[in-house]
Amino acid sequence: MSTPVLDVRGLAFAYPDGHQALYGVDLHVHQGERVALLGPNGAGKTTLVLHLNGILTAGAGEVAVSGLPVAKRNLQEIRRRVGIVFQDPDDQLFLGTVRQDVAFGPANLGLKGAALDKRVMTALDLVGMADFADRPPHHLSFGQRRRVAMATVLAMEPEILVLDEPSSNLDPASRRELADILRSLDVTLLMVTHDLPYALELCPRSLVLSDGIVVADGRTFDVLTDAPLMAAHRLELPWGFDPRSVGSLPA
Amino acid sequence: MGAGHGHRLHFHAHSPIHRAPAHLKIVALVVFMLVVVATPRQAYAVFAVEAAALVGVVLLSRVPAPYLAKRMVIEVPFAVFAVLVPFVAYGPRIDVLGVSVSEPGLLAAGALLIKGTLGVLASLTLAATTEPQDVLRGLERLRMPDLIVQIMGFMIRYLDVVTAELARMMVAMRSRGCEPRSPQHWPTLARAMGSLFIRSYERGERVHLAMLSRGYDGRLP
Repeated sequence: MSTPVLDVRGLAFAYPDGHQALYGVDLHVHQGERVALLGPNGAGKTTLVLHLNGILTAGAGEVAVSGLPVAKRNLQEIRRRVGIVFQDPDDQLFLGTVRQDVAFGPANLGLKGAALDKRVMTALDLVGMADFADRPPHHLSFGQRRRVAMATVLAMEPEILVLDEPSSNLDPASRRELADILRSLDVTLLMVTHDLPYALELCPRSLVLSDGIVVADGRTFDVLTDAPLMAAHRLELPWGFDPRSVGSLPA
Repeated sequence: MGAGHGHRLHFHAHSPIHRAPAHLKIVALVVFMLVVVATPRQAYAVFAVEAAALVGVVLLSRVPAPYLAKRMVIEVPFAVFAVLVPFVAYGPRIDVLGVSVSEPGLLAAGALLIKGTLGVLASLTLAATTEPQDVLRGLERLRMPDLIVQIMGFMIRYLDVVTAELARMMVAMRSRGCEPRSPQHWPTLARAMGSLFIRSYERGERVHLAMLSRGYDGRLP
């Protein structure tokens, strides 16, 4: 089997105040996969995400990205390979214009001039926001800001895109537009969410994180239709939603 | 959640003052302020010249006077202080309209008021004719330390976010029968301010994480 894009082994972590969030997480994501990471609030999803690019350092266990261990000496390269889109776009967009914000990451990688401009516009094109390049981010709608936040990360040409709650606070139309964009991207994807229909729509495979360990790893359809598993880990489908009645599933 | 367009201090127009390079305007403002501060207290003729120059710039910038006048309210606390000085200062007393006040205090207060007003008006004129982003670029060109320019940039960017958050908290307080204006509810208001501070602090941490995730190493490109 090829080297996984994301390889997490025995990852454990406790916060400085003693609260232990992760108790030995094992997971791997291979190239081209779209994987959903499901779990109730407080399961440790965000903590896990912050380990993937070395913001937090594992207490035990290890994380590797395409074979490169997440360690202090590799941080620059790790952060290029792993693109994290955080939940609140206002945390991610902090410069005066959309263009400056999207250029921030690649410029940190050393890109300049025409190459940088090209990278920025390509990323904005991918999320359909090229017309907004010179607007200040805080004048955009929430859905538009989330798309720009994605562009800021795509501009770094990551090997894996990690999205933290991509559908939260979006209206149904923005939610669908974002799904279309995600499907159109040719990139490995790890999507942290408790929007279960969204996971089913976009990700063929799902992991369930509960109380700091991975308790399930399989086809999203199988996970969502396993009633005892769902109940044991505080996962619930929205009222009236039945995965069995959804016609076409992503392969 | 859309924030208001444009900044509250900026007045959109196309005058020579608006078009002038930001760093020149900043230098002009600083020089002007230094001259005003250095003017001797009783050199009223010099103050008149300074005021005339400033009014000339305002006229040239085509920013309406009422627009600036409304924003001059920020000076009120200083003005109150200046008005108090003649009553509390020492020295020989003179009678003004039948009230005994300190003569050096009166002169000091007058000079303070004049200098303060000139300074505030000049600063407001810069703010009205220059976009915040341009002020930052101007400071950068003037070799202001990078870190300070960055901090000011963040302040401008997140001012709206934090004030919007505060407004939402106020609405939530009012919805639960608390009137932030009434002194009876000031303790609650103080706690709300505390939690706003914590939230802003945590947002700062999240912004920093998001920056690190995109390879931030202490310098803005």
